[in-house]
Amino acid sequence: MVAFDEMNPATTGLRRPYAAYNDWLNAQDPARLTEKMRDAERVFRKTGITFAVYGEAEAAERLIPFDIVPRIISGQEWRRLTQGIEQRVQALNAFLDDIYHRQEILRAGRIPKRLIAENEAFTPEMIGVRPPGGVYTHIIGTDIVRTGENEFFVLEDNARTPSGVSYMLENRETMMQLFPELFRQVKVLPVENYPALLRQSLAAVKPANLDGPPTIAVLTPGLYNSAYFEHAFLADQMGVELVEGQDLRVVDGHVAMRTTEGYKQIDVLYRRVDDAFLDPLTFRPDSALGVPGIMDVYRAGNITIANAPGTGISDDKAIYSYMPEIVEFYTGRKAILPNVPTWRCSEPDSLKYVLEHLSELVVKEVHGSGGYGMLVGPTATKKDIETFRKKLEARPSNYIAQPTLALSTCPILTEKGLAPRHVDLRPYVLVSDRVRIVPGGLTRVALKEGSLVVNSSQGGGTKDTWVLDD
Amino acid sequence: MLLGRTANGLYWMNRYIERVENMARLVDAGLRLALTRTASAGDEWGSVLASAGAQWAFNQSGRELNAANVCDFLLRDTANPSSVLSAIETARSNARMVRTALTRETWESINEAWMALKRMLAKPVDERDLPQVLDAIKRETALIRGAFQGTMLRNEIFDFSRIGTYVERADNTARILDVKYYVLLPSVSWVGSSLDNYQWESILRSVSAHRSYRWVYDAEYKPTNIADFLILNRRMPRSLAFCYDNISKSLTYLADTYGARHPCHDTVANTVQRLKKGAIKDVFEAGLHEFLTDFISDNNRLGDEVAAAYRFY
Amino acid sequence: MRLKITHRTEYSYDQPIAYALQRLRLAPLSGPTQNVVDWTLTIDGAREELRYLDHFGNDTRLVSMSGAPRNVTITASGEVETFDKAGVFGPGKGFAPLWLYLPPTPQTEPGKGVGKLAAEVPEGPALERLHILMKLIFDRIKWQAGTTAVTTTAEEAVGQGVGVCQDHAHVFIAAARKLGFPARYVSGYLLMEGAKDQVASHAWAEAHVDGLGWVGFDCTNDVCPDERYVRLACGRDYREAAPVSGIILGQANERLAVSLTVEQ
Repeated sequence: MVAFDEMNPATTGLRRPYAAYNDWLNAQDPARLTEKMRDAERVFRKTGITFAVYGEAEAAERLIPFDIVPRIISGQEWRRLTQGIEQRVQALNAFLDDIYHRQEILRAGRIPKRLIAENEAFTPEMIGVRPPGGVYTHIIGTDIVRTGENEFFVLEDNARTPSGVSYMLENRETMMQLFPELFRQVKVLPVENYPALLRQSLAAVKPANLDGPPTIAVLTPGLYNSAYFEHAFLADQMGVELVEGQDLRVVDGHVAMRTTEGYKQIDVLYRRVDDAFLDPLTFRPDSALGVPGIMDVYRAGNITIANAPGTGISDDKAIYSYMPEIVEFYTGRKAILPNVPTWRCSEPDSLKYVLEHLSELVVKEVHGSGGYGMLVGPTATKKDIETFRKKLEARPSNYIAQPTLALSTCPILTEKGLAPRHVDLRPYVLVSDRVRIVPGGLTRVALKEGSLVVNSSQGGGTKDTWVLDD
Repeated sequence: MLLGRTANGLYWMNRYIERVENMARLVDAGLRLALTRTASAGDEWGSVLASAGAQWAFNQSGRELNAANVCDFLLRDTANPSSVLSAIETARSNARMVRTALTRETWESINEAWMALKRMLAKPVDERDLPQVLDAIKRETALIRGAFQGTMLRNEIFDFSRIGTYVERADNTARILDVKYYVLLPSVSWVGSSLDNYQWESILRSVSAHRSYRWVYDAEYKPTNIADFLILNRRMPRSLAFCYDNISKSLTYLADTYGARHPCHDTVANTVQRLKKGAIKDVFEAGLHEFLTDFISDNNRLGDEVAAAYRFY
Repeated sequence: MRLKITHRTEYSYDQPIAYALQRLRLAPLSGPTQNVVDWTLTIDGAREELRYLDHFGNDTRLVSMSGAPRNVTITASGEVETFDKAGVFGPGKGFAPLWLYLPPTPQTEPGKGVGKLAAEVPEGPALERLHILMKLIFDRIKWQAGTTAVTTTAEEAVGQGVGVCQDHAHVFIAAARKLGFPARYVSGYLLMEGAKDQVASHAWAEAHVDGLGWVGFDCTNDVCPDERYVRLACGRDYREAAPVSGIILGQANERLAVSLTVEQ
């Protein structure tokens, strides 16, 4: 399986978007680059950009490895990508609105009813709720993979609480500190305004009955959450309060935070607490992370919750397989960005094919995330495959399968010089009065040679992602 | 606008940073004293523990009372919530919690101090390395203070931080005095033996004031002067009067900013008055020990009143 | 029929409560079986924070308590004009799809007992089967106060053979769903002959029958609701339709006293 290298494809040689960078690179002293790599790690440690790995008591705070070779996308490529993404996030929001109201798409028979009816992510408490501005999923991470010059696929939509955007911002910051001269030679579109855009975007969907500017806050599960750094970072960059459930209660029909001067109303809450923990009066009664009664306030129209509860119904992998139909149903057009071909193991014919080709396919749990509970056929041992076969046969509807894509590669700096590694891309999309997409995103890279798993929890790293101003 | 939880985090972050430094200083003073007085070294380490407010916890640990064990307990033992290692961990946790209220410089100085101290104290410290390690601890907290003073806006965030620092410091100074109050009583002052000289110097050393004392008073150590210096001198940065001037200033700023006074404002005003009006002679007449006991309990109460007034919980 | 209702719930706490929220579904709405002539909900010792219609269309209020109060009194009272529709409520309103009422909830999860009960219902026209089910439950689960709790499940109630209206409704819902009928829980009031003063509000079940819509079944009395019944709220089980549900932070213990009068 030969992968497409985004810098130096075997057949055509150095690609244009990398030309200016390549010139600069050739003029560099390799020893200095290695030194810069170490500097980068020091910067990250000092700033405290860490993430927690569940179940690893020893390394409670770890760094996600950062590679100093940027991943470069031309302006033209980017414009095509963003058209496809915009179409997709509009469809996702239209789908959510429909699912929590008349469910026309089910009545029309375009997707099977059981996909919604038997889905735990369907949240009855959202039935009939029309959130401020009509937006359900405000912040979306669309995972994109590439297999060739013009072959881009959407691998996954993250419509609940996508994380990682702070790495996008810190990666750029670090690159600018390490190689200021490089940014003079290559014109790269800025990503730094993401927090400002996020703020604008959240403010634009304030509750309809609020006059004047809204008070915005970020809700975090707290210090011990794996993404706490990001929560603090975004609150800080937006200039809003970082709150925990223990700071909040219902006061005068609004959610309010306890300040040194008493309770103060919050109008827009960017929450990074999962649905189940959001409101102990409505969802899990044992949750200490949420705000009792926030769903009542929400239903009464007195707060905007971003993302809305119940958006998980739009991004699990079973729904994903119907995204082409969903996009067409709500936008009236074919999807600009294709899905990765997907077999639904719930369908007998597909299951048969998947069971016969396990060693070639990637099989994923419908509700899984973070690269857990999946089988990568080509790199799995015989034993792994047989164990997985049993799980699959026991609960076929819990799985989907996809071909093992030859994910494109980008070079990373190793001790032996540049070496290609597989990458994916997560642009961050903001939906509000309009769609805002910062040019770039988070490039995740599998650091192990030949590996296709880019998740940070499984040994993946990140790169700065450049969209060229051309 | 500031969250109550953030005010609480700032207050405790600063109390623990101050505690880190105080622990290092107490160990330092203990070491000096042990060098000069071998006969009753155990007693001296006992009073170091008492000054650190850690005697009970140490006894619980079942360790034998000697220099190595006390140093280790005060510097490294994570079962001791006030050890340098525990305190820097708590300080950093609080700093992470209030990250959005801190400048990048302040946060990074705390984060780096945490990394450095964890590395330094990962294994028991060899006796020969102790002086260096103690210096390094004091240097790290000095860097935090520098970053904080140099970059933080003088708003309520600064005030809650400052209250934390000075409540902790006042507690520490009062405790040091109370543990050794008997060597300062007039009845022993004319004994004037060289041993008492060591004791007096040790007190001054544990608040880093053995040099500045000489700038203010005669070269000779005199117990009333030492007590005066540590309790009433308003220019001495670790004296009770200095601490309360600063707490009072911050609480006044808060009252102005928020347009509201609380019981803590009366408490602080009373204490400031007592420290301003009093002469050291009166303190001794009323009983130094009683004075210090009252002070420590008032100081604790002030902390609780601040927490209640500004909705820490 | 015109029914006058006064429903008072008194909470007392053994110490001041730090903070508590109560969600009230204590205001009936006009509909096919009733017309609300007038209704007031007064709350002493607590604050009304919000009112809204929940996802099943129930009039819902959120009230909060904090600090000093040790006694809270919630009084719902008013007059409702009722119509005898022979138990037929008719088509549902709002966006909740029928399939939502098919899967079991934690309190209506069918086990062996509910399964056996459902299996006793012979094939036949839908309405007939549901009537047979109602009679079965009326016969098998004797009404007896104080034998079950608000958390009792349908399966437990079948096992015990005794229960109150809540248990009857849960068993009916569990069995009806097992038979393929969408079913839901209804809380409300019932005019009882010779018993003006009552100790608790009432509850029954509804099943969805094609062509008719929702039809009520009161297994406690083996009748379909008529003009003696006033609907308060509905949901998939007790938890969603309960007249009062809440959360208390702190150490206080709660004592509850209910007084209810329903009269013509």
